[in-house]
Amino acid sequence: MKRPIAVLIVGALLFAACARVGSDAGTTTLDLLGFPRDIAGITITEPPTRIISGSATHTEILFAIGAGDAVIAVDDYSDYPAEAGALPHLDAFSPSVEGFAALDPDLVIVTFDPNDLVGGLGALGIPVWVLDAPVTIDGVYEQIAEIGEVVGHGDGAEAVIDEMQTGIAEIVAALPSDGVRHTYYHELDDTYYSIGSETFLGSLYSILGMDSIADEAGGGYPQLSAEFIIAADPDFIFLGDGACCGQTPETVAARPGWDSLSAITNGRVVVLDEAVASRWGPRIVELLGVISDSMLADALAG
Amino acid sequence: MVIGAGVGGALIGPADLRPDRVIAALLDRLPWLSIKSGLSERETAILFELRLPRVVLGLLVGAVLSVSGGAYQGVFRNPLADPYLLGVAAGAGLGATIAIVGVGSSSALVGVAAFIGALIAVAIAYSLGSTVGGRRTGSTLILAGVAVASFLTAVQTFVQQRNTDTIREVYSWILGRLGTVGWSEVGLMVPYAAVSITVILLHRRLLDVLAVGEEEARTLGVRPDRVRLIVVLAATLGTAGAVAVSGLIGFVGIIVPHTVRLLVGGAHRVILPLSVLGGAAFLVLADLIARTVLSPAEVPIGVITAFVGGPFFLLVLRNSSRSGGS
Repeated sequence: MKRPIAVLIVGALLFAACARVGSDAGTTTLDLLGFPRDIAGITITEPPTRIISGSATHTEILFAIGAGDAVIAVDDYSDYPAEAGALPHLDAFSPSVEGFAALDPDLVIVTFDPNDLVGGLGALGIPVWVLDAPVTIDGVYEQIAEIGEVVGHGDGAEAVIDEMQTGIAEIVAALPSDGVRHTYYHELDDTYYSIGSETFLGSLYSILGMDSIADEAGGGYPQLSAEFIIAADPDFIFLGDGACCGQTPETVAARPGWDSLSAITNGRVVVLDEAVASRWGPRIVELLGVISDSMLADALAG
Repeated sequence: MVIGAGVGGALIGPADLRPDRVIAALLDRLPWLSIKSGLSERETAILFELRLPRVVLGLLVGAVLSVSGGAYQGVFRNPLADPYLLGVAAGAGLGATIAIVGVGSSSALVGVAAFIGALIAVAIAYSLGSTVGGRRTGSTLILAGVAVASFLTAVQTFVQQRNTDTIREVYSWILGRLGTVGWSEVGLMVPYAAVSITVILLHRRLLDVLAVGEEEARTLGVRPDRVRLIVVLAATLGTAGAVAVSGLIGFVGIIVPHTVRLLVGGAHRVILPLSVLGGAAFLVLADLIARTVLSPAEVPIGVITAFVGGPFFLLVLRNSSRSGGS
C-alpha cells in the first residue's frame, strides 16, 4: 500500500516540476507511470480520483487492487465489498448521461455502452472505458493489470493477480491427478439455459478438467432440452439459479424424470453463488474453490 | 393428422430413443397389452416424464389457442383478431414479470400471476369497451383492448427495466415454453381446455349468425352482446390457462383458423371444430421443430410459430384480397 502512494507523490512532484521545466524531459518520467494515457480518445494525465464503476465486476477489481478510495459511485448490482455497496448506486443498464455527469467523475468504467456514454460523457471531457468480459482467465489478468495501471495501482493489481494465480494453482494441484475429465451441466435458470466450455465461465471449469454437456448444443449460452440433459447424464450439476429461481438440489431432484440422474443419486448437485459466477473479478478463485471442493468431496467419498 | 403429430412428437426428440422401442413402450401402457419395450429406466423416464407431457400439453394449448383465435375472429368479425386481442398477453406478461421479479421464477407462482393478470386485463378491456363507447360493439372492445394492452405493456417494460437481473427469465417466459413442463401442467390445463373448447364449440352456430352483421343477428333473435361476452369469457379462460402453463405462444390463433377457413370455407360451425384439431397438430409439430432443429439446444417455440406465422399471414392476405376481400 505504501509504495504506490509514494510513487504517486513522486510522480506528481515530477509532473509539477516537468510542467515548469518543459515537456521533453517530462515525457520519460510520465511514461514510467503510464501517463498520459488515452481512454476512448480522451487523454488523462494523472490517475483518476473520482471513478464511477458501472459493473459489479469492476467494482470488485477496483477495491481489490486498492483503488476503492477513488470510487465515488457504483452500478445497481455492485454489492461487494461491503464498502462498495454503501456508495451511491447508478443504473448502468440504461444509464443516464446527465446522471453520470452530475457526479463529476474523471473516469467511468462500463462493460457495455447502450446509451452512448462514450460519446455523451466524452463530449464533456469525461473518459468512458468500455471493458467487456474476457474470454479466458488470462484475459482477466490482463484486464486487472490494465485497470491497475490506469488508476495508478499497478502494484496492487500485480499483487491481486499473484494471489489469484497462486490460489488457482493450489486448487488445481489438490485435484486428483488421474486425468479423468468430468462432465457437468451448469444451469443458468430453471428453463435450462446453460453454458458451453468456450464461454468464460466454461473456461474456469476447463481449468478443473471439466467439460460442459452443452458443447454438443454448439456452445455459447444455449437453452438445453430436458431430454438431452437427462440422456447426457452429467457427472455434476452446478446450479447458478439458486437465488434467481429458488433452485436447490431438492427441487432439481423433484423435477419429473430427473431423479434417475447419476449426479442426483450421487449427491453431486451444487448450488453456486450466481453473483460470483457471473463476474470475472478476483473472487473467481472462491468459485473455483467451491467447484473443486465438490469434486474432492466426491473423490473422498467414492 | 393430430394422431400423426402426436406420435411424431413422441418418437422424435433430442434424446436418441429407438422408435420401435418407443412404440412398444407406448403400446405397453395400453391396458390389454404387455410388451417388453427394451427401453432403459432412464429412457422410460425421458419418454413418459418429459416427452409425453410436452406432446399432450402441446395438443391442449394448440387446440385452445387456435379455437379461441377462431372464435375471436368470428365474434369481432375481424380477420386480425387473435386470442391476445383484449390484452390477455399484456396482462399475463405483467403478472408473470411481477412474479418473476418479486419471488423468482419458480414456475407455479408465475403461472398463477400470469393467469390472474390475463383475466384482469380482459376484464378491464371489456368493461372499458362497454362504457367508453356508449353502445358496446366489436370495434370499441378491440380499441379498448389495444389501449389496455399498450398500457400494461408499458408497465411491464418499466418493471422489467427496473430489475434487469431478471431479464432473461422474463424474456424466456415471454417467448413461450413447453420445455420445462410435466404432467402437473397438463393437469392444470385440462379443465380450462375442456371448458373453453366446449363452450366455444357450443356457440359456433351463433357465431355464424353473428357473421352476417350485428343488426341482422338481432333481428334473428340473437343477442350479440351476450354471445360476445360468453365467447370472450370462454376464450379468455382457456387462453389464460394456456399462457399460465406455457407462456406466450403467438400466431397459432391466427394461422390455424385462417388455414382452415381457406381450406373449407367461412362457416364457423366447420372452422371451429377443425381449428381445435388443426391447432393441436400444429403446435405439436412446431414444438417438434423447436426441440430438434438445434438439438440438443431449444429454440423458443414462440419463435417457430411466429417464423411460420409471418409469411403465412401474407399468404392469407394475398389470397383473401384476390378473392375480393373479406
